[in-house]
Amino acid sequence: MPETIRIKVNGVAVDVPEHTNVAAAVTRAGHVHFRRSVTGQPRGPLCGMGICFECRVTIDGQPHRRSCQVLCRPGMEIQTDDA
Amino acid sequence: MSVPTCQVAVLGAGIVGAACARALAQADFQVVIIDPNPIGSGATAAGMGHILLIDDSPAQFALTQNSRQQWNDLAPELPDDCEFVKCGTLWLAADEDELDEVRRKEERFRAAGVAAEVLDTRQLAAAEPNLRAGLLGAFFIPDDRVIYPPCAARWMIEEAQRHGTQLRTGVSAIEVTGKEVRLSDGSRISVEFTVHATGCGTAKMLPGVPIRPRKGHLIITDRYPGFVRHALLELGYIKKAHGTDTDSVSCVVHPRRTGQVLVGSSRQFDAESKDVDPRMLARVVARATEFLPGLTRLSGIRAWTGFRAATPDGLPLIGPYPELPGLYLATGHEGHGITTSLGTAELIVDHLTGRTPRLPLEPYLPARFSGVPAHA
Amino acid sequence: MTPERQFDVLVVGAGPAGLAAACCAAESGRRVGVVDDNPDLGGQIWRGERVHPHHKEAGAWLQRVRTASLDFLPGMQVIGQNGPGRLLAETADGACELRFERLILAPGARERFLPFPGWTLPGVLGAGGLQAMVKGGLPIEGRRVVVAGSGPLLLAVAAYLRTRGAKASLIAEQAAWSALLPFGLALLRTQPDKTRQALALRWALRGVPYRTDCWPMRADGDGKLASVTLTNGRRTWSVPCDYLACGFGLVPNLELPLLMGCDVRAGFVAVDEMQQTSVNGVYGAGEVTGIGGLDKSLTEGQIAGYAATGQPAKARRLVAARKRSQRFAATLNTAFALRDELRHVAAPDTLVCRCEDVSYDRVRRHESWRAAKLQTRCGMGPCQGRVCGAATEFLFGWPTTSVRPPIYPTALANFLESPANPASLA
Ligand SMILES: Cc1cc2nc3c(=O)[nH]c(=O)nc-3n(C[C@H](O)[C@H](O)[C@H](O)COP(=O)(O)OP(=O)(O)OC[C@H]3O[C@@H](n4cnc5c(N)ncnc54)[C@H](O)[C@@H]3O)c2cc1C
Ligand SMILES: Cc1cc2nc3c(=O)[nH]c(=O)nc-3n(C[C@H](O)[C@H](O)[C@H](O)COP(=O)(O)OP(=O)(O)OC[C@H]3O[C@@H](n4cnc5c(N)ncnc54)[C@H](O)[C@@H]3O)c2cc1C
Ligand code: FES
Repeated sequence: MPETIRIKVNGVAVDVPEHTNVAAAVTRAGHVHFRRSVTGQPRGPLCGMGICFECRVTIDGQPHRRSCQVLCRPGMEIQTDDA
Repeated sequence: MSVPTCQVAVLGAGIVGAACARALAQADFQVVIIDPNPIGSGATAAGMGHILLIDDSPAQFALTQNSRQQWNDLAPELPDDCEFVKCGTLWLAADEDELDEVRRKEERFRAAGVAAEVLDTRQLAAAEPNLRAGLLGAFFIPDDRVIYPPCAARWMIEEAQRHGTQLRTGVSAIEVTGKEVRLSDGSRISVEFTVHATGCGTAKMLPGVPIRPRKGHLIITDRYPGFVRHALLELGYIKKAHGTDTDSVSCVVHPRRTGQVLVGSSRQFDAESKDVDPRMLARVVARATEFLPGLTRLSGIRAWTGFRAATPDGLPLIGPYPELPGLYLATGHEGHGITTSLGTAELIVDHLTGRTPRLPLEPYLPARFSGVPAHA
Repeated sequence: MTPERQFDVLVVGAGPAGLAAACCAAESGRRVGVVDDNPDLGGQIWRGERVHPHHKEAGAWLQRVRTASLDFLPGMQVIGQNGPGRLLAETADGACELRFERLILAPGARERFLPFPGWTLPGVLGAGGLQAMVKGGLPIEGRRVVVAGSGPLLLAVAAYLRTRGAKASLIAEQAAWSALLPFGLALLRTQPDKTRQALALRWALRGVPYRTDCWPMRADGDGKLASVTLTNGRRTWSVPCDYLACGFGLVPNLELPLLMGCDVRAGFVAVDEMQQTSVNGVYGAGEVTGIGGLDKSLTEGQIAGYAATGQPAKARRLVAARKRSQRFAATLNTAFALRDELRHVAAPDTLVCRCEDVSYDRVRRHESWRAAKLQTRCGMGPCQGRVCGAATEFLFGWPTTSVRPPIYPTALANFLESPANPASLA
């Protein structure tokens, strides 16, 4: 049984396996829209490797974090733009 | 081969050249603009785009008032991408000396009949919650604005083009000889007048013109709407902008319409490289952070440098170039050329038409430096 | 105060090139550090290998890394330069200065994304992008995936996704069959082990159609991807899917080399026989010197590692192998050259710049990348043109070799706390 980590996405608790990054966790929590673009379009991850900035979310109060580059840590609070 | 004829050649498609071309074209001159680079890609691309009143000398105050009025009159016409925002300016007073300066400013503005207000500590904190506590107050100028200069330059050139102006990018002027301009592609244009709006480039073509490049560092953040609401300047800025030759930094922070925060800036003579100097950038950020501690958490996405065309007395060079009839200068705007581009254009039309000027011509005449060697 | 670290040899990038360089450099007994922005080593191809082993060759190298004496600095992104011999890096805990005598740049490559209507819909990812997301924990089992774009990466990704339970319905390769055939034959003749790998891949992908001369025209869906429309130039058809994994080859990560002043020739970092760049003491290895795959990265990395630590004889022994891998790379790049039709898939209102939402129509009116940037804000957002720059390079032939610091966005505090600026708070 792999260890799981409890985090919150838009206020809702989600359990994810260890080594899961925040982008994958947001998807696991059922969200397709990560951010709203500057003209309000919904966006989600594109590159998976930290270069496109499409997967940005707010992590522990810090906006504009690239979710694909951050590993989940217990207690993390994540917010998408549609929250 | 016959040499094409044009009444006026404007050298430089920065904000100053663009404004001159537009004003000349509207005054029915036949104009060609020449620039080796894309429109607005010199100092105009680097500048912060604050349209502001500067009252450090009567001539600068007159020129910035005239220019700001023209900008504000243009507001309804400017396209959206110019990001023209009426945010107003707050000059921040950190100590008693600076508070005295606020009072002096108030008198000068009142005498000139220009809207402005003094804010005390509490009012300032309410106006800008992210400023550090303990600032003594501020001088608030409500009608100052910020703009995105490269698009403004492009729009002015489009306006000029509607009045028949030709734009030639990709070639530079190599030599101006009386009635002819020689270009880098080997061609020539026969002209009645030439307007040198080449910013820092002027001194390269016309040695003896007292212009020294003065480097500045800026950094822009990601979008944080509302982090600052006004264009913020520390009152120490004026001393540093016109002080000595030594390197200086002052806190200048703008809200962009995008929600980005633009942070400046430094002043350095004799720094030739365009590269960002990490030490200078650190000083710029450190200074701004002293006023806005929360800046440290914002994400900076791009830093760059630019060169201001500085003259010995801080005023631009506008008017005939004494050594060559037909050649006019519109250059040397140091850190205020976005603002004063429109007043400059008006003065250039005054010179070329001989009409009655609204502004005095003398304070800006290049001839005020005749005989003065460059870099005196 | 910002911590600082001092190394004889610093390697940027812990992909195959960087790891090979670090291992070889460490043989000299010098103090070697490897910095990478990912939480673990492996780079793109060996991402997640330590947790879920997948590649055979990776195991051997990772073993060698474990036994070598080197400092691995994961989760640290190099963002700028503090002066000669000094890089500025960002970690979760703030800035850090990395000092070095010799530097090996092995920052690898990223995918090239090209705009087509609907490419901004959530559910449209890069090919390597979707793979990386799955390695990061994205559930893919039972999901319908169309893999499209160009290059051998499409096959690797489709095979990987399949092992994780995805339903790969189609692989759409834009290159022409007639261009791939000579490549296949050359492979067979000169690189029997590569042929074996290719056959093994094909076996893993049995039942999944591999269409050449085939590319995406548009993606549709209401707020998220529902289907992709493909074409072969004559006929178009739609395929329903949950994910479109789509990348058009790779482009090198040139930002750091450019910032350091390294010469770039024909789109790649120029290096000499010993992998040294135009900047003395700075070496380049792997995808930044030319897109060429694993063998090229490993070989160049080893040469750079030896050369940077005064072991030229060992480096020279690898020159022939490098030549072979470079020849392979050249045939590969010819075979998978992008077709002209891809320049015309975007509609006028298709966004080219996804950070600033700038349309194709607005961008194409300008004569250069610089003019487009200044006038439209294209490339001025947080990705700093990494996505749209590579696209416009292909679409309009605009070289994009300018770079401004920081090479990745970073908190303003990280400019402050640099130890290079003890007077910064004065
Ligand atoms: C850091 C910084 C911050 C600033 N902030 C502000 C501000 O907030 N508000 C404000 O009002 N001003 C500001 N400024 C000043 C302002 O940016 C400049 O004064 C203004 O852009 C000058 O415009 P210009 O057209 O004279 O020069 P430029 O924009 O430099 O244009 C000159 C043009 O001439 C061209 N050229 C050069 N040589 C030749 C040749 N031989 N032939 C043809 N063309 C040639 C160049 O290619 C260039 O495009 C700032 C400047 C800096 C550097
Ligand atoms: C998304 C993607 C997926 C791929 N998947 C496969 C595959 O499945 N199979 C296959 O055969 N080939 C794959 N490739 C191709 C593969 O990358 C090459 O064949 C080769 O392995 C590249 O090795 P490298 O060491 O040159 O670069 P990389 O493996 O790309 O390593 C470079 C490393 O440097 C790091 N880095 C870059 N800049 C910085 C910085 N400023 N600070 C800190 N770290 C930095 C990167 O994050 C990366 O970890 C993939 C490529 C990409 C882009
Ligand atoms: S998906 Fe591109 S940065 Fe995260």
